[in-house]
Amino acid sequence: MGTSVAAPTEQTATEHVPAAQAAAVAAAPADSSTRTGLLIIGASQSGVQLAVSLRALGFDEHITLLGDEDHRPYQRPALSKEFLQGTVESESLIFRSNEYWAEHNVDLVKGEYIVRIDKEADGSGVAHSSSGRQFPFKRLALTVGARARKLEIEGGGLGGVLYLRNADDALALKARVGDAQDVVVIGGGFIGLEAASSLQKMGKNVTVLEFGPRLVGRAVGEETAEYFLQAHRARGLDIRLSTSAKRFTAGAGGADDGGAVAGVELQDGTVLPAQIVLVGIGVIPNTQLAEQLGLAVDNGIVVDRFALASDGSTVAIGDCANMPNPVPGSQPGERIRLESVNNAIEHAKVAAYSLTGRREEYAGIPWFWSNQADLKLQIAGLCNGYDQTVLRRDGERGKFSVLYYRLGRVIAADCVNAPLDFMAVKNALAKGHNIPAGAAADPATPPQDDHHGQLTALRQ
Amino acid sequence: MPTVHFTDAEGAVRDVQGNPGDSVMETAVRNGVPGIVAECGGSLSCATCHVFVRQDCLSKLPPMEDMEDEMLYGTAVDREGNSRLSCQVRLTDELELFVTTPETQV
Repeated sequence: MGTSVAAPTEQTATEHVPAAQAAAVAAAPADSSTRTGLLIIGASQSGVQLAVSLRALGFDEHITLLGDEDHRPYQRPALSKEFLQGTVESESLIFRSNEYWAEHNVDLVKGEYIVRIDKEADGSGVAHSSSGRQFPFKRLALTVGARARKLEIEGGGLGGVLYLRNADDALALKARVGDAQDVVVIGGGFIGLEAASSLQKMGKNVTVLEFGPRLVGRAVGEETAEYFLQAHRARGLDIRLSTSAKRFTAGAGGADDGGAVAGVELQDGTVLPAQIVLVGIGVIPNTQLAEQLGLAVDNGIVVDRFALASDGSTVAIGDCANMPNPVPGSQPGERIRLESVNNAIEHAKVAAYSLTGRREEYAGIPWFWSNQADLKLQIAGLCNGYDQTVLRRDGERGKFSVLYYRLGRVIAADCVNAPLDFMAVKNALAKGHNIPAGAAADPATPPQDDHHGQLTALRQ
Repeated sequence: MPTVHFTDAEGAVRDVQGNPGDSVMETAVRNGVPGIVAECGGSLSCATCHVFVRQDCLSKLPPMEDMEDEMLYGTAVDREGNSRLSCQVRLTDELELFVTTPETQV
């Protein structure tokens, strides 16, 4: 449940500096002699959006946007797709120009990793980085994201055993791709399948190992998982379900391949050749700083409906946050952690309102996308707890979608190469309309909502 | 350098210089043009970079593909005959583009 708190607004953060903190400020290096109005730790999608939304709302205090990578803030989704394949320039992944940040009074700090935060009861404090720098702040935002879950098996430390979470990971992968012929991808989720499709397109011999009995875990329904299995196999991906790696083997040769992975041994003893192993088995929310601050943590940083952590002043948003389920009609007390661009953006907007003294709840329906080869998956809503599905398949045009229902009301849809279906469901959910199951069954006509949405009319 | 002239729903105009090869969406987002959201970053998944292209510029653009056409049915403000998704429109040296952003994108 969301904690009910009377959070301090910007107006209550006065110029009063507690004695202990004043001493800390005085002793700090030159770069931290002034307190930033808001310190945002984490310079990815949600952190960037928070800064941008705050400026749009007229927040006029100084903002520091701090990230631990040596890159300007960039978009991640392309890393497993266009960036890996070399079809976009790294420059085009940059969120905002340097001029934008300068004009908007946002200090962009790169390459600083915060290891400890001292915080006062009024929400202000000082963050300390591993390099010894200090960042005093009046208010704090944690947009610290999640890290790749590691596969702890023998050989996990060999060269060529890679993960794909950030730009440096993508660059490391790209650097090795040229010499590799065989790639084993561990994990049949979105990242694994996107990267596998990209690598296959680049001419690699790709095998995907999935521990579970089907692809994409709980993110999609059974029919969609089966669709992707068949579609990828038809495109030549070797996908092995209910299979796991026992260990990674090193090359037997001389110094050239010493320390580099050469194969993956499966539980049944089979050894697959692999010069690259890409592990994509999910992420773990980064909660270390929240724990050190004494904030409530439970599969992410626990926040209320207004993105406020349990201290009532720190905001936490995006992949790292565990929040009340924002979907209309969800169970009271139901909590959720969402890993998506859309959530990073919408959650940041909620936090921006909180930081400017307003209370606005999450608006909008969660949605997700994943591009794999020529398959464009778009998901609207969350399909948890469905009791009925309607399958729409237009084989001729390669379109496929599943609509999910609970108690007769549409709650979500998985759509492949079917933007009209996706848009119809997303719009119906946003407006609180239904798409009666009977009105969605014919794949030749777009799903029709019970208010006779404009999609159908427009398409005539 | 190609220039894009963005007019918002209230009539305020903003001129932004871009690089040939970049999309109109990228040019807008990097410079913080408020009327463009572009949640999906240009992967043709969200329809939140909708623009109306001035009629005399429209014919200079390559025609849209089916996926863009379908996505345009899901824009927050209804599509018009001169609607495009700005992530699919790329700048060229010769192109001086006038577009209007809709009242809302989501």
